Amino acid sequence: MENINNNNGMEPILQLKEVSVSYAPGTKAVKDVTTDIYPNTITAIMGPSGCGKSTLLRAINRMHDLYPNIKTTGDILLKGENIFNFDPMEVRRMAGMVFQQPNPFPTMSIYDNVLAGYKLNGIRLDKKEKDEIVEQSLKGVALWNEVKDVMSKRGSFLSGGQQQRLCIARTLALKPEILLMDEPTSALDPISTNKIEELLLELKNQFTIIIVTHNMSQAARISDNSMFMYLGELVEHGNTTQMFTKPKNKRTEEYLTGVFG
Amino acid sequence: MNISNSIRVRKRSNQLVYWMVCLFSFIAMIPLFLILWDVASKGYKNFNLSLFTEVTPSSMDALLANMNGDPIPGGILNGITGSILIVLLAILFSVPLGLFIGIYLSENRERKFAKAVSFLTDLLQGMPSIVIGIIAYAWAVKPLGGYSALAGSVALTIMMLPMIVRSTEETLKMLPHSYKEAGLALGSSYTNVVFRILLPSGFGGIFTGILLAISRVMGETAPLMLTALGASVVNWDVLEPTSAIPLLIWDFYNDPNLVDLVWSSSLLLLIVIFILNWIAKIVARKWKI
Amino acid sequence: MFFAAFIIILLSAGIIFALVSRSTEAFQEYGIIGFIANPEWDPRPATEEYGALSFIIGTIYTAFLALLFCFPFSLAVALFNGEYFKGKKISSVVRSVVDLLAGIPSIVYGLWGFYAVRPLIIDLGLNAQGFGILLSSVVLAIMIIPYASSLSTEFISMVPNNLKEGAYSLGATQIEMIRFISLPTASSGIVASYILALGRALGETMAVTMLIGNTDRIPKGLLDTGNTMASVIANQFGEADGIKLSSLIAIGLLLFIITALINLVAKLIMKRVARA
Repeated sequence: MENINNNNGMEPILQLKEVSVSYAPGTKAVKDVTTDIYPNTITAIMGPSGCGKSTLLRAINRMHDLYPNIKTTGDILLKGENIFNFDPMEVRRMAGMVFQQPNPFPTMSIYDNVLAGYKLNGIRLDKKEKDEIVEQSLKGVALWNEVKDVMSKRGSFLSGGQQQRLCIARTLALKPEILLMDEPTSALDPISTNKIEELLLELKNQFTIIIVTHNMSQAARISDNSMFMYLGELVEHGNTTQMFTKPKNKRTEEYLTGVFG
Repeated sequence: MNISNSIRVRKRSNQLVYWMVCLFSFIAMIPLFLILWDVASKGYKNFNLSLFTEVTPSSMDALLANMNGDPIPGGILNGITGSILIVLLAILFSVPLGLFIGIYLSENRERKFAKAVSFLTDLLQGMPSIVIGIIAYAWAVKPLGGYSALAGSVALTIMMLPMIVRSTEETLKMLPHSYKEAGLALGSSYTNVVFRILLPSGFGGIFTGILLAISRVMGETAPLMLTALGASVVNWDVLEPTSAIPLLIWDFYNDPNLVDLVWSSSLLLLIVIFILNWIAKIVARKWKI
Repeated sequence: MFFAAFIIILLSAGIIFALVSRSTEAFQEYGIIGFIANPEWDPRPATEEYGALSFIIGTIYTAFLALLFCFPFSLAVALFNGEYFKGKKISSVVRSVVDLLAGIPSIVYGLWGFYAVRPLIIDLGLNAQGFGILLSSVVLAIMIIPYASSLSTEFISMVPNNLKEGAYSLGATQIEMIRFISLPTASSGIVASYILALGRALGETMAVTMLIGNTDRIPKGLLDTGNTMASVIANQFGEADGIKLSSLIAIGLLLFIITALINLVAKLIMKRVARA
């Protein structure tokens, strides 16, 4: 993995050390994944369905803690600190997550949706701070001009692509260290997908993004580095261009050329 | 640090609510056990053969027995037979009718008329039992010239009907559409499909609904007070006043000399109701669609 | 089958006809408003006069109090079954217990209230006799817990998992998720289930008749005795005739209208929830 694209020679922001996840005793959905993620990059996790890519992503913000039957082992270091030494709630605030299905909170207005993280965390803000955060976050996802006049409408009024951008804004509002995205465009039309991809390229300047995708061309378009997973194992992790042109592993090559998938 | 401190507070309130929910749920269940314990511990003394074989004693006999320190003579045979008579009649009226209406509603969901019927069924289901008593009084007591088992069964029929309609309708709605199409494709008539294929496939749900409806009306008192009135003898004539177990409980409650019988009759009533519920549960599990 | 369905129409028409035709005497004598707004219920031949107000107030008093008492418990049961222990074995145990609670006949609740709860109220020194609004609403509350909780459980457990995960992913604790996401999302359904439970409480007869003390006047407070619309019918129907019988049936008609309206509101809310 020496060929991982590391923009500016920085320390890794996220380190996975022998991370395994099992849904039932004896079977592992993710097997001993060890790798590093560098700041201000987009990393795409690819692989056939059921390969454990979403499971690995959800381990990073400790979503698995919600389900007592799922066991996560190994170490995950975020900015050098082991996330298992923190509360899951703290970890989730540092590692924001965007889901496959846009899930704005239907009982909240667009405005409140952006601030949902603060509300849920019991953080009180005055009106000025709120307005500032909302405007900043919505501008950050290029949604501000579209919704600034309908702030009090429910989030569910928006189109699918707008909803997903609202969900990203909601995550950005909490200023996370890292952004986890679980197939964020697979429920969207091509135009919305395109907008989100452009957005991610812009967000890269401020955040580190890990995106699970089943869409190889999407990975090729936006990611700096790519991970290929198969049957729960991390088969290959490297510079995206290099991986797409000269995969090191035979299974990666087979997947990328469409032999299976 | 401030953040980790607030996290500790938030986690503590999270825990606190969790335990409150457990505690309050637990408290909500206590009355069931208190009631069961109360009824069983006080009722078992008079829960004997004579409860099933003898009719209600007169207040005088009970008073004498009380004075001599003897157990109260007699039982609730008149109530048991009365309950059987009234409920059987109600089943006879409500089950066929309820099935037909349920089938109609599930087969004609989109029609305006079916929607109106469905709406009225809801209305009937929410009607207080005392109001149903008044209606049965107006329909069957007045015209027939007196209180009767028939009038009581009319009241219970009005109670059971919407429950049976609903359970039949819900069950049939859950059956896959392909059942009906397969039957029709084989060339059998529509009526045949309904009675040979749909009803048998939905048997579990429909039967469960009927059992639950029976167990619900088994303990009804108020409507019977206005219709069947009660009787101190075993009566099988549908046009005569008739007793029922809940009616006897009401009588015993009001008669200080007979109060000892209140618990054994309640115990019997609870046993019958719980057995019906239990069978309903088993049927529902066994004949799951 | 169409004919069978038609019977429901006939039945409903017959119900309304029976109630209306047999209560006209009272309404003609006192006027509709006059009957509803009059708190006097005096059966003495010389001063005979009937009004429903005392019982309407008694009914509303007990039913709302019962709703208030049952609220924390049924909400707890709904959260227990629909969120905290959803799909777990313990939740099906709690469900069965609550179902059994719904199966106990009203008259047995009345007995239990009379012999077990009433002495408690006397021992606490609240009331010499024990009977009254408080006693009946406490027992009513227990009786309606199953109705309020089982429907709210459904609505709480229907809150989509992706919303809950969305809340957790922003760093919420479980209670924060419940408070800001689950409960608001399920709120209309929960409200509808409490309205249905209120309808139950308004029409409940036997237990209330046995516990409320049966006095024909406006209850002055929590510890006072009174009568509800249902309990006065149950208590006095047997020996009534003439204008008194008609007045009792008129109260029945009013009770029918109130419960029908309440059920209608609940059904409308639930239909809206189902469509959303």
